[in-house]
Amino acid sequence: MSAPTRIIAGPFNRVEGDLEIRLDIDDGRVVAARVNSPLFRGFERMLRGKDPRDALTITPRICGICSVSQSAAAARALAEAQGLAPTPEGAIAAAIIHGVENLADHLTHFNLFFMPDFAKPVYEGVGFHEQAHARFAAGAGSAVRAAVDARTQLLHIMGLLAGKWPHTLAIQPGGVTKAPDARDKVRIIALLRAFRAYLEADLFAGPLEAFAELADPETLRHWHRAGTAGDARLFLDAADATALGEMGRGPDRFMSFGAYRLDEGPLFRAGLLRGGILSDVPHDAIVEDISHAWMEGGAHHPFEGETSPDPAMAEPGYTWCKAPRLAGETVEVGALARQIVDGHPLARALGHGGADARARVIGRLLEIARLVIELEKLALRLDPGADFIRHGVIPDEGRGAGLVEAARGSLGHWVVVRNGRIANYQIIAPTTWNFSPRDAGGGAGPVEAALEGAPVRAGEVTPIAVQHIVRSFDPCMVCTVH
Amino acid sequence: MAEFNVLWLQSSGCGGCTMSVLAAEDPGLFATFANFGIRMLWHPALSAETGPDALAILERIERGETRLDALLVEGAIPRGPNGTGRFHMLSGTGRPMLDWVRSLAALAGDVVAVGSCAAFGGVSAAGDNPSDAAGLAYDGMVEGGILGSAFRAKSGRPVINVAGCPTHPNWVTETLMLLSMGALDVEDLDLYRRPRFYADHLVHHGCPKNEFYEFKASAEHFSEIGCLMENLGCIGTQAHGDCNTRPWNGEGSCTRGGYPCINCTAPEFEEPGRVFTETPKLGGIPIGLPTDMPKAWFIALASLSKAATPKRLRDNAHAPRIVTPPTARNTKRT
Repeated sequence: MSAPTRIIAGPFNRVEGDLEIRLDIDDGRVVAARVNSPLFRGFERMLRGKDPRDALTITPRICGICSVSQSAAAARALAEAQGLAPTPEGAIAAAIIHGVENLADHLTHFNLFFMPDFAKPVYEGVGFHEQAHARFAAGAGSAVRAAVDARTQLLHIMGLLAGKWPHTLAIQPGGVTKAPDARDKVRIIALLRAFRAYLEADLFAGPLEAFAELADPETLRHWHRAGTAGDARLFLDAADATALGEMGRGPDRFMSFGAYRLDEGPLFRAGLLRGGILSDVPHDAIVEDISHAWMEGGAHHPFEGETSPDPAMAEPGYTWCKAPRLAGETVEVGALARQIVDGHPLARALGHGGADARARVIGRLLEIARLVIELEKLALRLDPGADFIRHGVIPDEGRGAGLVEAARGSLGHWVVVRNGRIANYQIIAPTTWNFSPRDAGGGAGPVEAALEGAPVRAGEVTPIAVQHIVRSFDPCMVCTVH
Repeated sequence: MAEFNVLWLQSSGCGGCTMSVLAAEDPGLFATFANFGIRMLWHPALSAETGPDALAILERIERGETRLDALLVEGAIPRGPNGTGRFHMLSGTGRPMLDWVRSLAALAGDVVAVGSCAAFGGVSAAGDNPSDAAGLAYDGMVEGGILGSAFRAKSGRPVINVAGCPTHPNWVTETLMLLSMGALDVEDLDLYRRPRFYADHLVHHGCPKNEFYEFKASAEHFSEIGCLMENLGCIGTQAHGDCNTRPWNGEGSCTRGGYPCINCTAPEFEEPGRVFTETPKLGGIPIGLPTDMPKAWFIALASLSKAATPKRLRDNAHAPRIVTPPTARNTKRT
């Protein structure tokens, strides 16, 4: 056997932010992967010493694609620190704002980040390629343009409810800053119905409900074969032809902090599914390991965490990303994990024994369909006469955790307040979980492990399989290190 | 139509300006490109090329084989640790972004800083600026940045700062349209080299809370519809931007969303020296005066207008929605 060859994949584009992957390749397969998040900004350090309320302005700016998620996590952390809960209507409005961001993100991922790989010259002559090229050639495909237009219209809901997107201050610990009136309500409904019409024409070529209710891989197969129209079917064609379902195996551990917390509970439930067994998330068992990060200090729970970058960037560090572990283990987070934890039968079946690249994309499609249906119901529940906010005061001493679900998975903010100021602020973003480096025990991060075994074609410098696997996780690199 | 070649790079920012620009309207982003002959050589979020193919595009520009009409940079540029720029090594290249941007800026017809981070450092330079991030031609309010105060692009123009956090999508598309037509020059930029077409306006202009402002009928808490200036930190009367005459995402703006303008188009907005959402006061009077307003007159007018506040505005200012509608009057002369 020959010695492994090493390649550095980057600039790795069509992900949010910058990403570099070091691959060891032997005998046409990836044998080891190391993921480097190459940008450090230091939000956790910036926040120290500030008035806790300023977190609501600063933290959304960690990320321009998950801005509302950061906002929601900060608001939740500050709410917990003062024992405050949003009014029921405030929670509904915040859920709509958050849901619209997550929908826009899923749409951007599918159309602008993921599908364009199937339009590349490497697939010329393969059955799906011609259509994929017409629909998804980067910046030019007809689906790319239609998706951007549909997204722009959908984001008009942000103009109505949240002032602007990204970087709104509308979500507060006790609710939202704007009480929508009857006209806002009916326009939100109109915009959601227009978005549904776009999805039912372009993406699903049929009713959202038909896709959302698919119960197992067999009914998915029937749905796939029942027609030829719609980009979801084009994806399934391409996934079959490229064996996407055999690539990028993740851990058999899926986590969700619970999405869209309403008065009656979260819309998508919280939990940990480990080896097929569902339990509560043991939050106290979250530890950030820094053994392979360019960070100084030790491994801590985020309430005790620290962020001290190592200016020497010394080995064995190879990334600015810390390695969060749950009771010492990696977990996969994201739309598929969320649907698995919520108990969606198709998602459960697709994630059995660990997810693959195909399953992650289907999980996102499933969530697009389910979320539009749920947002329509929430919009109908908006009561223009209700109170949308409850006011409180952040105590001089206290702490709180803000645990939410961003498009890409579980996002946590942990704030400690002393003398009325932020004494510590720690953030673990979804991609921190998925794209974490090795831990002290040498255990690879989820994507690092998922890349092992990926096929490499002769002469490939950025293997197409590696690109599919990485993008199937929909990484947000600016969130990862923050 | 000659092609206008642009390259977009991202460094120490959140990617939110790209996310914002994707929502450009009338025309949308892709129509702007098509109808104005703008060729996007590479954009990290939008282009097909990855790895060596992407690198080859940058190298062809560096070797002078591809003309670069405008370099667009999103995000501040970290200079740390210790001046090395290694807090952001452009992936796959082994070179700090600091080095890439300096090299490419020297070859560009124009250089455009997209958003307040690229322009001034912005939120990426907040707190004690852990990564020593700076804007292209400014370090906060101080000229310089990573390119230096003497920097001029090949056109002779300084870095054009399309500041905002995020930037408004149409500020970017209009800047590109104007540049591609050769219709944006130094005199079209303001003190901080922001395009005057948006920076000569104040966020206050067209704010739906203007009548509340006139009578100092102020909200005390979020979700009340009164003016946000007196108590809730709004500095829209001092902030440069056409946010309320050219709304965001259809019909929005910060003040329309019920939260204060934080002057995000300005250098050092990220460190206001106070809480963002609370107005500092001296003797009960807000410290920040409206732009170009003499202090004595402001105080005199404010106390007079406060005394004259109609009941309708006083009622509504503290409510989450209009509780007392305006009287319907017959305005015909009889």
